[in-house]
Amino acid sequence: MTAPSAQTYWDALRGVADPEIPVVNIVEMGMVRGVEIGEHGVRVRFTPTFSGCPALHVIRQGITDALAAAGADAVTVENVFSPPWTTDDITPEARAKLETYGIAPPAPNGESSLFMTLEPEAVRCPRCGSFDTRITASFGSALCKRMYVCQACREPFEGMKSV
Amino acid sequence: MTETTEIMTETLILTEALKTALTARFTALADDEITLSHRVAEWTGHAPLLEEDIALANIAQDELGHGTLWLGLRAALDGSNADALAYHRDAAEYRNVPLTELPKGDWAFTMVRQYLFDAWEVLWLDTARQSSYVPLAEAAAQALREEKFHLQHTALWVERLALGTPESTRRMQDALNQLWAYALGLFDPLPAEADAVAAGLLPDVAALQTRWLGLVRGHLEGVGLSIPSASELSASPLPYSRSQHTEHLAPLLADFQRVAREFPESQVW
Repeated sequence: MTAPSAQTYWDALRGVADPEIPVVNIVEMGMVRGVEIGEHGVRVRFTPTFSGCPALHVIRQGITDALAAAGADAVTVENVFSPPWTTDDITPEARAKLETYGIAPPAPNGESSLFMTLEPEAVRCPRCGSFDTRITASFGSALCKRMYVCQACREPFEGMKSV
Repeated sequence: MTETTEIMTETLILTEALKTALTARFTALADDEITLSHRVAEWTGHAPLLEEDIALANIAQDELGHGTLWLGLRAALDGSNADALAYHRDAAEYRNVPLTELPKGDWAFTMVRQYLFDAWEVLWLDTARQSSYVPLAEAAAQALREEKFHLQHTALWVERLALGTPESTRRMQDALNQLWAYALGLFDPLPAEADAVAAGLLPDVAALQTRWLGLVRGHLEGVGLSIPSASELSASPLPYSRSQHTEHLAPLLADFQRVAREFPESQVW
């Protein structure tokens, strides 16, 4: 039996969902920086999103389980902080999935100023597509989200913070 | 707080004295985050608005995440264990500023404290991004992106309450009068930190204080609050410091550490 290839492991990682947002996987969210096959097993370079996010523990376990199921003998998940994860790392496919799921994808981050202003970018309603929306709460049900309401269709919705 | 973080090796040579200075600063930062996180989390289920309940739970979670970052940096230097440090040190061994251990008080007190702390943390992190100690520069860049949301939120609350009703204005001024001297404690340099500052490893807190004063004074006075004068402050200096805590820290830790101490063998909760 031949050892699984790096491609096999990448495919396995595409099966690991973000537990907070189960429609997207950790690869398309930009959380996986590298997969290396070495003498002592598979090493995954993983970038945490928000430092206090409780889902990170679940994701690390998910990585280990998925790679073991794909044939890895030993799995090491290494934290990589540089460069820090940014919502700009989320792929266009994942952005589309977020929107379909009802979460407005994050606006491009850019290098924002030290003291942020209130929502510089208009956020599009994931239900009706209107830009006539306003923020209703700066924090939401997870560290990565905030709350909005659409003034066109009246739908309250979540949006991803742009970091 | 159990995961270990592999730190990139850097070319910088750290002497024992510099390691000691970094360890002390990381401990102080972690202890500030942990104790403040606990105070903020005490609002969970009790905040005046559902949205604010959620906001404070988020802020508490972020601060605890930052505490984990700092203890991870410390672990890389001295091999310590984050859980052991968080849950098994007593009040006398904690190195947080007294500001963060004070009881949560009313809504105005909570918002003024958080605002003053957030402004300090944003500025500290912004400077630390340039640290010549790469693991610190990376952690600071990560935490800064989260902390900015806090500062935005609490700065708005300061404005809203200071310009709200006579009652909210009075409560804000009372909170500021009580908290100001404690907030200045954030800028006391740690013993033996000077060489690490000179080496470009750690931010110079004296320089930060100037930036912080410019920022918060402008905002607070801009919404009609008055900052206690230097003569008022010197008339009654605080007898507390990072190594001399108020009577409020021990009960906070008893609450925070209770489960870990009751079930020392447990790995997951």
